[in-house]
Amino acid sequence: MTTIQATGLHKSYGSSVALNSIDLNVGEGRILGLIGPNGAGKTTLLNAILGLTAYQGELSVLGRNPWTQRDQLMNDVAFVADVAVLPRWMRVSDAIDFVAGIHPRFDRTKAETFLARTTIKRTSKVRELSKGMVAQLHLALVMSIDARLLVLDEPTLGLDILFRKQFYDSLLNDYFDHHLTIVITTHQIDEVQYILTDLLFIDRGNLVFGCSMEDFDTRYLELIVNPGQLPAARALKPIQERQTFGRSILLYDRVPREQLAPLGDIRTPTIADVFVAFVGQPNQPAPYSPPPVPTPSSYTGAAQ
Amino acid sequence: MTPQTDALPTSFTDTAHATPAARISEARRLFWSIRRELWENRAIYIAPLAVAAFILLGFFYSTVRMPAVMLITDTVNGVVTHTSHGIDPILPYTIAAGLLMATTFLVAIFYSLDALYGERRDRSILFWKSLPISDLTVVLSKAAIPLVILPLLTWAVTVATQSIMLLINVTVFHARGIDTGPLHSGLPLTQNSMMLLYHLVAVHALWYAPIWCWFLLVSAWARRTPLLWATLPPIVLGVLEMITLHSGHVFEFLKYRIHGPGDIDFTASHAGATMPMGATMSISPTQFLTTPGLWAGLALAAVFLAAAIQLRRYRNPL
Repeated sequence: MTTIQATGLHKSYGSSVALNSIDLNVGEGRILGLIGPNGAGKTTLLNAILGLTAYQGELSVLGRNPWTQRDQLMNDVAFVADVAVLPRWMRVSDAIDFVAGIHPRFDRTKAETFLARTTIKRTSKVRELSKGMVAQLHLALVMSIDARLLVLDEPTLGLDILFRKQFYDSLLNDYFDHHLTIVITTHQIDEVQYILTDLLFIDRGNLVFGCSMEDFDTRYLELIVNPGQLPAARALKPIQERQTFGRSILLYDRVPREQLAPLGDIRTPTIADVFVAFVGQPNQPAPYSPPPVPTPSSYTGAAQ
Repeated sequence: MTPQTDALPTSFTDTAHATPAARISEARRLFWSIRRELWENRAIYIAPLAVAAFILLGFFYSTVRMPAVMLITDTVNGVVTHTSHGIDPILPYTIAAGLLMATTFLVAIFYSLDALYGERRDRSILFWKSLPISDLTVVLSKAAIPLVILPLLTWAVTVATQSIMLLINVTVFHARGIDTGPLHSGLPLTQNSMMLLYHLVAVHALWYAPIWCWFLLVSAWARRTPLLWATLPPIVLGVLEMITLHSGHVFEFLKYRIHGPGDIDFTASHAGATMPMGATMSISPTQFLTTPGLWAGLALAAVFLAAAIQLRRYRNPL
């Protein structure tokens, strides 16, 4: 079952293109990390998926058109934008009553159980809660909805490291099951690395890279080149080269570990390392231009 | 990475997938949405209640302290008349009704202008849109406040206030030895309350419907200062018309909408004797319902509402 299916999904604001005819396929039970610099089109893509913005092209989420059927779609989709969207005037008890009143898949007992683990008082108003408590409340509401798609747009922005860790642990342990698909955008890439099943890079409205995490872990290696062996290392066609503390670090895609081992120290790159290689810094052109991406603007790897 | 289903605590086992989700009717969603509006905008009921408390306090004080000679009234054929020294005893009741109506009228203006603007300003629209409620239901729940809730609330608070005033009146008169006969027989409170209900429904809800819906539309559209966007363009348009065409159709139109058609003039024609909107009451509901301006206004209100619903679909946080 495909949760999200997009064909030629396009969105422009005036002359600037936010999404450039994207093809995307996300299957049930996947946890997709959507990574990109500011203004890359992440939020536009999520807004299209959530029925918050009109678009051109084909888009189907859980078999529905999000733009024309947003209210029905939201029976099965839960969404955390960022911590600031809970209405500040609302009481905690009112928030639970309201969602319980209108949401067919909301489990009040679950929400009460989640809240019981926090120090949030039922009689407090949202404006009286700390930033972390508001996030906990929002999460308690969202996690008590038996959704089939959960969309998290910078869910831990501005929260401390303890809370962020707890957030993702809780997400996996208390909430995730095989029926659920999760889409996460975040700048704290390294924190989500261990929970993702799929990875997607977006830059200037294009999907520039996509792979499953199994692939990612086997495909990419970083080599800290021994001085003097740089020409040999370069001959193996790294996809990126950079300098740290006077040593060259080269990133390889699908080059066997045995070939690299004699040339220096090998380490597994983080998502951030590969991200920089693909998205790059516009001010500093990389010494090696990246090879053509196998399927530009298209990613179907997560459909399984 | 393989999801670890074995890590799920037993208390949260996956049972909901087996049972289809309970259906929630649109009526229930509308009910909760209106309730939500009352939670957010407590001024809707606090403002009239506060004014009612203020009126009752003032009325009690003046009834106790006023010289007895000014309170004595006569009845002729069961109708209270002025005496040479007295004040018409219905006057405080009329003033109370007028004050309460003015209060809820102001509340309705500020509510309607903020209803679809505030949720974008504080970004909470993202939370509301993450829930399975259609834009239609949300906008209708917001329109229900000035069109249904406030008129009915105004009536209920006014009737309650006037009942308590009558109780104060009778009790104090009794204590001071003033004849309470005229109060029992002469005050047309029941009749007045029915006329008030008619006035609120006919004028505040139906005749003003296009004004409330215009305010809602502007609040869905404006990026800032909905009050100015709602009021300035019609005025500027009117002034432009006067300068360029030397005619006043825009202002005539606005006056007609705010003031009502000539024979539905609801301003006080003989203040004191009846409710301030006495003249409205003199026309029959049939006459009112056959006024073309009423139906044109309601059609316009429907167009404004439809536009507001569409706008809310497209609008994101400011």
